[in-house]
Amino acid sequence: MGMALLDRIPHLTVSPAHRPWPRAEVGEEGWRKAIDLLAGGELTLLGLWGEAAAVHMALLNEPNEIAVVSLDCANGQFPSVGARHPPAQRLERTIRDLFGVEAVGAIDVRPWLDHGVWGVQAPLGADRGAREAAAYKFLPAKGEALHQIAVGPVHAGIIEPGHFRFTASGEYVVRLEQRLGYVHKGTEQLMQGASLEAAAKLAGRVSGDSTVAYAFAFARAAEAALDIEAPPRAQYLRALMAELERLANHFGDIGAICNDASFALMHAQTGILRERVLRAADAAFGRRLMMDLIVPGGVAREIAPGGAREIRALLAEIRKVFPRLVELYDNTASLQDRTVTTGIVKTEYARQFGAGGYVGRAAGRHFDARKALGYAPYDQLTFDVPVLEAGDVNARVWIRIREVEQGLALIEQILDRLPGGVIGAEVKVAAAGEGLAVVEAFRGDVLVWLQLDATGRVLRCHLRDASWFQWPLLEAAIEGNIVADFPLCNKSFNCSYSGVDI
Amino acid sequence: MRKTLLQSLTHGPLTEAPQAPDEAALAELARNVEKAAQARLGRSLSIREIDAGSCNACELEIHALSNAFYDLERFGLRFVASPRHADVLMVTGPVTKNMREALLRTYDATPDPKWVVAVGGCAADGGMFRGSYACVGGVSDAVPVDLHIPGCPPSPTALLQGLLALLQHVGG
Repeated sequence: MGMALLDRIPHLTVSPAHRPWPRAEVGEEGWRKAIDLLAGGELTLLGLWGEAAAVHMALLNEPNEIAVVSLDCANGQFPSVGARHPPAQRLERTIRDLFGVEAVGAIDVRPWLDHGVWGVQAPLGADRGAREAAAYKFLPAKGEALHQIAVGPVHAGIIEPGHFRFTASGEYVVRLEQRLGYVHKGTEQLMQGASLEAAAKLAGRVSGDSTVAYAFAFARAAEAALDIEAPPRAQYLRALMAELERLANHFGDIGAICNDASFALMHAQTGILRERVLRAADAAFGRRLMMDLIVPGGVAREIAPGGAREIRALLAEIRKVFPRLVELYDNTASLQDRTVTTGIVKTEYARQFGAGGYVGRAAGRHFDARKALGYAPYDQLTFDVPVLEAGDVNARVWIRIREVEQGLALIEQILDRLPGGVIGAEVKVAAAGEGLAVVEAFRGDVLVWLQLDATGRVLRCHLRDASWFQWPLLEAAIEGNIVADFPLCNKSFNCSYSGVDI
Repeated sequence: MRKTLLQSLTHGPLTEAPQAPDEAALAELARNVEKAAQARLGRSLSIREIDAGSCNACELEIHALSNAFYDLERFGLRFVASPRHADVLMVTGPVTKNMREALLRTYDATPDPKWVVAVGGCAADGGMFRGSYACVGGVSDAVPVDLHIPGCPPSPTALLQGLLALLQHVGG
């Protein structure tokens, strides 16, 4: 799998230690061919990340063929992908900020994560000097009677920090530009040289709302690199945690979206359901958000005696209450008035950006890593991937509603079929290795790429949140909407700040 | 909608019994809070939350304080949108260098008397991000802190215990 994809890209060598999909070293010709295929819409960009003297690009031939191509750039340069394929632009700016490696021909050369206050330049690169903090130049908007509204990084609600620069004509948004990076913590540098155990914990803190999904993806990448496999019981318990996490987040989101349309009743009701999910998780696994429970080799903790009963009681409660809330959403005209036709993501953008999660699936893109890649145990479970075409706030609400319903059925199957046996495989390090994993978090696919040395320490780890390919679509979706609908649109995306700032 | 509303009238509330304030938190506050402020504010505090680099897990649990189970507002504690309206700044995260200035400006925009509550392991001392080129460290490395609530993330119950200790102390 993936070799056919590499046949289309001239390459020099294929790394023997990269699993489960192939990774090839390419020259400039191969790199440019990959750009051609991306720009032509034949491939989807899954990730683009750097090292001190190399860049890597993960490519997807939909629905499920994956390969990584790597370009040596000892000269500190590589041909820009973003110049021809916009989804790569922020990733290239990040590569320059962290590694000092330049994308030649890039359209946007402004810094992204580096706000000029770290005291070092290119902290993960070969050459580190301090960079002068320069004023950030926002993109211009020209026209009569335009005004700007600057929001953040500290927002009015209890949310993550980021800056939004609106240019408005009266009430209508002409341009939104995001400036992020405020919660950049240097996670990928802290990963370098870390033990597997420490790195797994860091991975679980890239985006706290997806801690299970990140730990899941990290564990799978580590297992691929080490060429080991988690035992079946651990795989099922992982999926159980992942589905509980998805339920909790979807309930939180559905309520929060309605709340931003001033429909507080829904927020209160879904808040109760969310709390019940977290309490069931606590009863079953001893942690409400289930942090640090998925580890390389398996899971760290057995389900508590009575845990399965608690979760079944939770399912029964949700089945009793949720249909009524769905009906409430569907039958409240004042709410629908706010969500229908608001913040439309065009299907061609969703495809071009490879937008995952409810953002992509509400705009006609079918990709769901659980289904497309069929990683264990999802290859043994029956579920549908709901897809809509409208691309508006309403469609993103409905995708979540349908995914809650699918999630209930999945959890039931997992509990019914939970295999016996041990919950962890021995993590033995035989040789250096490289692993890639893609796992479906509640907001979309998380990608983890991991290089381990022969002692099992992390050489390099890259973690790519789904939000990288969703944030830019929010800028497009809000155009022509009124400023007052921005909170609603933003909440319907619920992109991660920490996940992309890392 | 009618059924949902009626049901909430006929069913008992979900709200948990109040927690006893955390002893350790009370002890820390006893050292930090001035008596004069207690008389001025009474039993009501407005809280402004600031994410200074959190992974957002702390925010999720802080959010939970407002759900029907914990119902923070019954204690006279409420979240406000502006630091100008706040008595308490609740800060999460290892204080990233990129957020440091925003945190300082928010602190300066909050009128006296004010208290700072550092929430979570990162806010205590940088947690697992300690030593990163991109982080300052604990919240107390940026602004004076009156109370730490530990946990990664702290549960809503732990948050409530800490806040009630603050309230009790401020309220005298």
